[in-house]
Amino acid sequence: MSEDETQTPASGPGPDWGFETRMIHAGAGPDPTSGARQTPIHQTSAYAFHDADHAASLFNLQTFGFIYSRLGNPTVATLEERIASLEGGRGATCAASGHAAQVLAFFPLIEAGERFAASTRLYGGSVTQFSRTFPKFDWRCDFVDTEDLSAVEAVLAQGAKALFVESLANPGGVVTDLEALSGLTRAAGALLIVDNTLATPWLCRPFEWGADLIVHSATKFLSGNGTVIGGAVVDSGRFDWSASGRFPGLSEPEPAYHGLKFSETFGDLAFTVHSHAVGLRDLGASMAPMNAFLTLLGTETLALRMERHCRNSLAVAEWLTGHPKVEWVSHAGLPTSPYRELAEKYLPNGAGAVFTFGVRGGYEAGVRVVEKCELFSHLANIGDARSLIIHPASTTHRQLTDEQRAAAGAGPEVVRLSIGLETVDDLVRDLDQALAAA
Amino acid sequence: MATDLHYSDALITGILRRVRTIAMVGASPNWKRPSNFAMKYLQEKGFRVIPVNPRAAAAGASILGEKARASLEEVPAPVEMVDVFRASEAALGITREAIRLRAEKGFDVVWMQLGVRNDEAAAEAEAAGLTVIMNRCPKIEYGRLWGELGWGGFDSGVISSRWPRPAKGGGRSG
Repeated sequence: MSEDETQTPASGPGPDWGFETRMIHAGAGPDPTSGARQTPIHQTSAYAFHDADHAASLFNLQTFGFIYSRLGNPTVATLEERIASLEGGRGATCAASGHAAQVLAFFPLIEAGERFAASTRLYGGSVTQFSRTFPKFDWRCDFVDTEDLSAVEAVLAQGAKALFVESLANPGGVVTDLEALSGLTRAAGALLIVDNTLATPWLCRPFEWGADLIVHSATKFLSGNGTVIGGAVVDSGRFDWSASGRFPGLSEPEPAYHGLKFSETFGDLAFTVHSHAVGLRDLGASMAPMNAFLTLLGTETLALRMERHCRNSLAVAEWLTGHPKVEWVSHAGLPTSPYRELAEKYLPNGAGAVFTFGVRGGYEAGVRVVEKCELFSHLANIGDARSLIIHPASTTHRQLTDEQRAAAGAGPEVVRLSIGLETVDDLVRDLDQALAAA
Repeated sequence: MATDLHYSDALITGILRRVRTIAMVGASPNWKRPSNFAMKYLQEKGFRVIPVNPRAAAAGASILGEKARASLEEVPAPVEMVDVFRASEAALGITREAIRLRAEKGFDVVWMQLGVRNDEAAAEAEAAGLTVIMNRCPKIEYGRLWGELGWGGFDSGVISSRWPRPAKGGGRSG
């Protein structure tokens, strides 16, 4: 190596960089052309080719690079690398929303007429997507109580190719036993897909417990300010598609790429290459560069924000526990929670900031508490710097049957909170006056 | 990727910066094969890649503009790296050939592709003073360390706040 060798790749500690360092730096060095230190917003639809051969190499997937922002964009790619790094995954694919990320996750895995399984304790929108819209693609979802391991084993034995769960389940307070479930999916040759939206990689890293894929709604804590709609699917890179033979989309020749076999050609990069080159190409639900930029800004402060979200949330949950108008509080950080042990195992940095409580007086009382709040915002989102409140039975989980709502922890008396970063005493005062007026 | 094989970024970077010419054993003339993908990419990055493929050599074929050779013996010196794009079982014979021809050809590195691993071959090569990398793809490693892998959404593991001057001529090594 000569002294004037200037284009030198970095060779620091690599994977040993700490979480907080990676949440700021992963994927994002100075811009090679301008030196811009913050990631530029590459607001462009398409990218120039050097020459015809370069264009051919890109279209053939023979080289790394950009063609068209539906398939990939440098700002979005920076966020993808950042999320992959924070989750400890091989690669990530960002999408226009968390729901789009879920479609992208299943797209290479499930052929028409095939089945997957999902926990009954899911965000209501996911239940609706899996039970109402996926059947139009002839993808069949079996919902299963994932706390009943023999039921999970049975549904996997009946041919479910993947199991979808939330690490910390929406609307709140439920922690999933990822290690037990990944043992079952591995034995069955199926994938464990974990929605890690509520936990974020700061609180829980599902790949460390055997998950194969992770999905995120980047709309929530990753971006953190209620500014964007976005999603991501992250691949662990550990599932051996070629050896499995159950996932022909990844292991068999792909006609649209001249008979290329993704798993043979790209090894542990196969899933993520496929998600861009086939998934985003044909489903088209790509993330906008501006949304990637705002999410990158959010990830830079993820650990700091999650610490405060969790601390505020536990303080509010403890206060609610003693309130005469409150029947119960479902927060995995409370000593009385049946999920306390699982929370200590899977969420050692805190049990999250989204949880539910039951108001005495049922549906009507639940609706009134929400309407009487002054500081809490009444809206259908979570993971904002602002504290949010909603009555799931009349909103987010409205499309479900009574039975589905009960299974999801969204019964008539349930109020969901997403605790923000405000002064915690103000949050308590606001809930106090709302409960008094309800 | 096998988790018990660890190669530092500095080691891989050093190899990819030092090496000019690669003998790729198992390079395929079929442009859809992974070896052809890797060969083309490495050529674009400024490496000379000489394909070793007896069948292609017997037919007098060239692969991506380079004449195919029947064996390592027929590769013109100097060649710093032997890239084994064959099954793990074949790696021992190829490695022994590389050790035998080491001084004559200038071989310095035996690199076994992603999915290729032969611990016996590695031990013999290392004992003979060759550097050995197993179960890695030089294309992926080059992309990872020179900032291209992240374009595909992959975690490169590389973090740096330095803004390097562009290399003269824009190439790998100036």
